[in-house]
Amino acid sequence: MRTLSWSGPLFALLCALAGPAARADEATARDALGELLAAVAARPHAHASFVEHHYLGILRRPLESRGELLFVPPDRLEKRTLAPRPESLRVEAGQLTLERGKRHMSVALASYPQLAPLVEGIRATLAGDRATLERLFVVGYTPGNGTSRSEWSLALQPRDAQLARLVRELRIGGHGSDVLRVETLRGDGDRTVMDITPLDPG
Amino acid sequence: MRTRAIALLAWAAFLALGAWLAATARYSADLTAFLPSAPTPAQALLVDQLREGPTSRMILIAIEGADGATRAALSRALARSLRADARFRSISNGDSGTSVADQQFVFGHRYLLSEQVEPGRFAGAGLADALAEGVDLLGSSMGLLAKDLFARDPTGETLAVLGQYERATRPNVVEGAWSSRDGRRALLVADVRASGADTDAQQVAMGAISAAFEAALAALPRPAAAQAAPPATLRLSGTGVFSVESRELIEREAKRLSAISTLLIALFLLAVYRSPRVLLLGMLPVLSGALAGVAAVAAGFKVVHGLTLGFGVTLIGESVDYSIYLLVQGQGSGGRRDQAGWLRSFWPTVRLGMFTSVIGFLSLLPSSFPGLAQLGLYSIAGLVCAALVTRFVLPELLPARLPMADVAPLGMALLATAARLHRWRWALWLLPALALAAVLLARSPLWNTGLAALNPVSPEAQQFDARTRADLGAADVRTVVVVTAATPEAALAGAEDATAALAPLVARGELAGTDSAARYLPSARTQRARQAALPDAGTLRASLVAATRRLPVAPASLAGFVDDVAAARSAPLLTRADLDGTAMAAAVDGMLVPHAGRWSALVPLEAPHAGPGAWTIDLGQVQRALAPVSHDGTEAVVLDLKRESDALYAGYLHEAMRLSLAGFAAILVLLAVTLRSAGRVLRVLAPLVLAVLAVLAVHALAGWPLDILHLVGLLLIVAIGSNYALFFDRAAAQADAQERARTVASLLVANLTTVMGFGALAFSSVPVLAAVGSTVAPGALLALLFSAVLARPDAHARA
Repeated sequence: MRTLSWSGPLFALLCALAGPAARADEATARDALGELLAAVAARPHAHASFVEHHYLGILRRPLESRGELLFVPPDRLEKRTLAPRPESLRVEAGQLTLERGKRHMSVALASYPQLAPLVEGIRATLAGDRATLERLFVVGYTPGNGTSRSEWSLALQPRDAQLARLVRELRIGGHGSDVLRVETLRGDGDRTVMDITPLDPG
Repeated sequence: MRTRAIALLAWAAFLALGAWLAATARYSADLTAFLPSAPTPAQALLVDQLREGPTSRMILIAIEGADGATRAALSRALARSLRADARFRSISNGDSGTSVADQQFVFGHRYLLSEQVEPGRFAGAGLADALAEGVDLLGSSMGLLAKDLFARDPTGETLAVLGQYERATRPNVVEGAWSSRDGRRALLVADVRASGADTDAQQVAMGAISAAFEAALAALPRPAAAQAAPPATLRLSGTGVFSVESRELIEREAKRLSAISTLLIALFLLAVYRSPRVLLLGMLPVLSGALAGVAAVAAGFKVVHGLTLGFGVTLIGESVDYSIYLLVQGQGSGGRRDQAGWLRSFWPTVRLGMFTSVIGFLSLLPSSFPGLAQLGLYSIAGLVCAALVTRFVLPELLPARLPMADVAPLGMALLATAARLHRWRWALWLLPALALAAVLLARSPLWNTGLAALNPVSPEAQQFDARTRADLGAADVRTVVVVTAATPEAALAGAEDATAALAPLVARGELAGTDSAARYLPSARTQRARQAALPDAGTLRASLVAATRRLPVAPASLAGFVDDVAAARSAPLLTRADLDGTAMAAAVDGMLVPHAGRWSALVPLEAPHAGPGAWTIDLGQVQRALAPVSHDGTEAVVLDLKRESDALYAGYLHEAMRLSLAGFAAILVLLAVTLRSAGRVLRVLAPLVLAVLAVLAVHALAGWPLDILHLVGLLLIVAIGSNYALFFDRAAAQADAQERARTVASLLVANLTTVMGFGALAFSSVPVLAAVGSTVAPGALLALLFSAVLARPDAHARA
């Protein structure tokens, strides 16, 4: 409910900008996005395993890492990497904490305007926080087509020009209320693909 | 006529000189001015650090009230505007880990700064391991950060150096700004450019912070400001802040208390004299004395301390006595002044009383506690001047007939009371036994040997400061290793040796950590060793081919790395000047200090935060571990700052006690020589000693520990009380009942003014002033009472 009441004025503004021709399509797509986000957010918490592949220009072959993800709405997100080297990345109440070996780092997301949107993009998607999503990104939503109605994908393009040079797009794909894939496309052509397998839904 | 002209001229000239000295003097309220001046070299360093060290320049800023988001917004706005202010070296509030300048410095000098740079790191298996770790990092959550660095720094030296600078304890962060642990306050740290001893500059800095905060508050978006109830408020803390606040407090108290006691005394004397003119004339010796005190301190010391001025209040209570004696005792029958008679029969007693006081205060002069020596000089100059003005100036200004009330009837009544009390004099002899019992039975120690006793900062403010420091992970450094050497290079090398020697203690958890200037500016020795560990370009290229064989990295993509290592090999060594503009510069300046022609590197030790040895450091063990560090003119000593400062103070307290006893002995000699009768000396001293004992006993029973200023108060009891005792002693020889009555009345009037002056002081919120007040006010009253009770019976019998 909160999401809807917040996005009202923003929605109106976007419609006005898009012009009359686009209005009908936009409205349909956006309503569907609302439904999707509501469905994703309806899950009390999410626990999943992941496999991540980093495709970097400087490296001759991709790097692989795997581990677990945990999301507790509205704002606790945890990424526990188990291999090749244990590491824990935790975001809670705007605070990012990284533990890796002896290294322990804790920073405020707000202090890193270049980093915060990336984390926020994933968090807001999982929490169904449409207002934040649309504040930080140009959101492109592709609902599932006829054959697999429930497959969908979100393309998030950073609104911040500086960030956009660093990260061109965040692609989030899923099925039903599950988020199954997060792809990060870097400005320099590097990309990271994370495949997610839900462990104990809902 | 000629003597009159000379006296008045001399007085006018003195007033002019005194006013000039007082006007041109420097006034300070810096608490450390009251710190001892000539301790051991290590203690001198400690005093220097307290006065000018980096901690002394820090202003802790807390934003309270409103909500977390508003506080964080205010914190950011405040930091932004203060960073543009040249009076501040840096503002930290957690909104960005390290500045661009810091990052560039670390990146540019990573091969000289990183502790990982050791022989073997850039060849063979060492290089392969370092690269593998670098590749791992690329795939980690720090990948984004590491990726930009990888091509030039694949072994992760930049991140290693940044890791070296990470502190064990970090402040909490709420909404992107440092916050207290309980989340109720946003916290910032301002590093002021001016020294912490420069109270004026600290005050200006505090003003700038308040102004910036007001501006930030006003610039808040309206809804945020409206929602924020209670409104956001600012609170400052820190050494400099305490100095500024103490100075304001002492100034305010000195003014307020002088006003109150002056008013009380004036009203009281007006009631006695019933003549405003006599009242004003009677104040002349007091004012001249106060001026003489300030002028003498200004001439004798470089700086006049605010507390010395506050102490001036007490002089009002004491020096007003002289004019009271002249005015009341010199009163002939029918209001005609008996000037010659007073000079003949009373002045010698006043003079003797004055000498007694001066001798008492003389004992403070040799004190190496500058504050105490100032008080001594101030009192001596003030009393001598007040007595001289009373003797030579005041009589010339008084009319032949004084329009004032006769106090003889009052004196008669007093004498009758004293006679009745005299029967109970045996009770007084129980007093020493009672006092002794009180002191022995009291649970708390009689003397407070901590320097904190002199601190005018309220315990609440001190707690707030300590809590805020703990929240910031910048708890007061209590234990520090001081490495002293002839040159900065030797001191830095010594600090590195000390850090290495203490590493096993850190590993065992007996220390949480150590810090050192060498982390930011390694010694030339270490830098050369690191350079020697770097391979030349050809060797590194060859090693890279082998090391990357199993890694997904092409050696060709690391050309920047090869160039940078080759450049670092022959780069000029890092010096202090290279740190300019970085946050590390302040750290190095704080921990590498010139002192007495040599250089001291400070290695602060952090006590463990948990476990059996939490918050404690075994000094003996640290000192033993440091043994190999001291050689070839380099010396490493571990200091517990609190213990050192307390020991320092305890030393001065004991010195002051010895000096006071010496002063008391000198008074004894003076009285013996003047009075030439053991019985009379005993009768004069007994009431004073009893009064001192009674005051001691009351403090012991109440559990108020005495400090060095109480000692001054006890000395003042003897100094002031000696006048009463001497006059009672004299009154016994007086034949004329009227005259005797007037003498006793004058003593009561003088006593009450003293009690009023010091009594007002007892209510001061500055502990040192309150100490003097709460000792002298009751002590003086008791001295008079005991003198009356113990006075020779035949005096009363003839009355």
